[in-house]
Amino acid sequence: MNELDGNAMAGDLLEVFAADATSARFTCAGCGHADALATLRMWGPAPGRVGRCPHCEDVVLRVVRAPDRIFLDLRGAVRLEFSVSGS
Amino acid sequence: MGIISRGFGGRRRESVPGLPPGQYLTHDFPVLSAGPTPRIPLDRWHFTITTETGEQTSWTWGEFTALPFEDVTVDIHCVTKWSKLGTTWRGVSMDTLLEDIDTTADYTMVHSFGGYTTNVPMDDLLDGKAWIAYKFDGEDLDPEHGGPARMLIPHLYFWKSAKWVNGLQLINEDEPGFWEAAGYHMYGDPWLEQRYQGD
Amino acid sequence: MARAAVSGRLTWRLATVTGSRWETPSVRTLVLDVPDWPGHLPGQHIDLRLTAPDGYRAQRSYSIASAWAGTGPIELTVQRLDDGEVSPYLTDTVEVGDQLELRGPVGGWFVWRETEPAPVLLVAGGSGVVPLMAMIRARGAVRGRQPFRLIYSVRTPADVCYAEELRRRVRDDAGLDVHLLYTRKAPEDSPATPKRIDVATLNTHGWPPDFGASCFVCGPTGFVEAAADILVALGHEPRRIRTERFGGTS
Repeated sequence: MNELDGNAMAGDLLEVFAADATSARFTCAGCGHADALATLRMWGPAPGRVGRCPHCEDVVLRVVRAPDRIFLDLRGAVRLEFSVSGS
Repeated sequence: MGIISRGFGGRRRESVPGLPPGQYLTHDFPVLSAGPTPRIPLDRWHFTITTETGEQTSWTWGEFTALPFEDVTVDIHCVTKWSKLGTTWRGVSMDTLLEDIDTTADYTMVHSFGGYTTNVPMDDLLDGKAWIAYKFDGEDLDPEHGGPARMLIPHLYFWKSAKWVNGLQLINEDEPGFWEAAGYHMYGDPWLEQRYQGD
Repeated sequence: MARAAVSGRLTWRLATVTGSRWETPSVRTLVLDVPDWPGHLPGQHIDLRLTAPDGYRAQRSYSIASAWAGTGPIELTVQRLDDGEVSPYLTDTVEVGDQLELRGPVGGWFVWRETEPAPVLLVAGGSGVVPLMAMIRARGAVRGRQPFRLIYSVRTPADVCYAEELRRRVRDDAGLDVHLLYTRKAPEDSPATPKRIDVATLNTHGWPPDFGASCFVCGPTGFVEAAADILVALGHEPRRIRTERFGGTS
């Protein structure tokens, strides 16, 4: 058993998002469970990061890092919710 | 950018001539996975081919292992840059499994227990290029390496050699499987270094 | 300002090793001078990248062990994994004066913020103590009043990281408690018998669930899952439990 959690992809996701994404909340497209991306059960990082729902184990997101591109597949998340400072 | 880290060697590897571009030779067998290892009891195992018209042909473990098999020695190349030369497998040739299947499909989708998929053109499964393998290095295939049985397609990057295989869907149009949808190449020829979409 | 701050954290910087010390025979702390370090919250980590002469690269994440005081070096505490590719290099080969590429700080979820008034429960399995120690150090630096309890599971007494410092902090700060749990061999003079993390330990040495404590659990995957399950079973609100898995076996 070697799987990590979503904290491990903080650096990769920072290359995509303007702020830390591991605190963002996902809603699983499979079962509706919602929690921070940091709680995803992660496999990888090779050939890519796979984040699975801690509740139903469906794939919520995939991150593939090519030398000059990052692919982020979010079809397993219905929605991502980011906290930003209020205004 | 980047510096050489003084004294760092990393996992034992060699760059030998004759490997596909960008590959290193490894002497171990890295385990890469997209999810938990499925544990499939043999009495639950099946391999099912579904044609483009929905016709199904299925083998139980007993039926599958009674089929003519081949012992092959092949080189395998992982997209994460590791290559292993001279790996030995026992498996049933896809030619044997597809022999009596009536189809005009040009493409296939390989399916696995646990939900993994990968797409392979029909031509790349035929004429001695692909097997469903159930022994590696003389031993029953370990679950973490894809046992009870996995696809073995050595001429493509090894993500196409789906672990825990349970089916083949014959389709008329090419569609991306698990890693292809996530950014990896639709075909995956290691000799053309087709790692990612657009390569 | 936000974009500049982000790109700063994404840049691979060259850190210089300016010191090191051994915490245990297999755990080493590296003191790193990082130019223009933007500061970090306790619990955050860095990504480290090593490059071999032929261009081969390996990348790993390491929790920052030190608290940020506004200036100065940062510290990483690395456990040597016998079959590891990177950790033995960091513990056995790296010398003062060497340079390491790193980026960060990253991670915004598994962090303790000193503005949070709740009591804190820290549950550490082995090297999982590292980010939790950063939290203890940060609380110490700001003289935080939030009561902190650390439950720290190790194999044997020789495996306790930061042993001296933890003793000193507990002695000098009435708001910090540390309970050590031994899984293989307890100290000679201790009545404790070796055991794994369990209900009794978390119940006795943790906070009552109705205190609304923030719980941080870190260590190998098996340990984290066991401890988090127990905390939930004891009645702690799942939303108040934050976990970080380090991989490896239990």
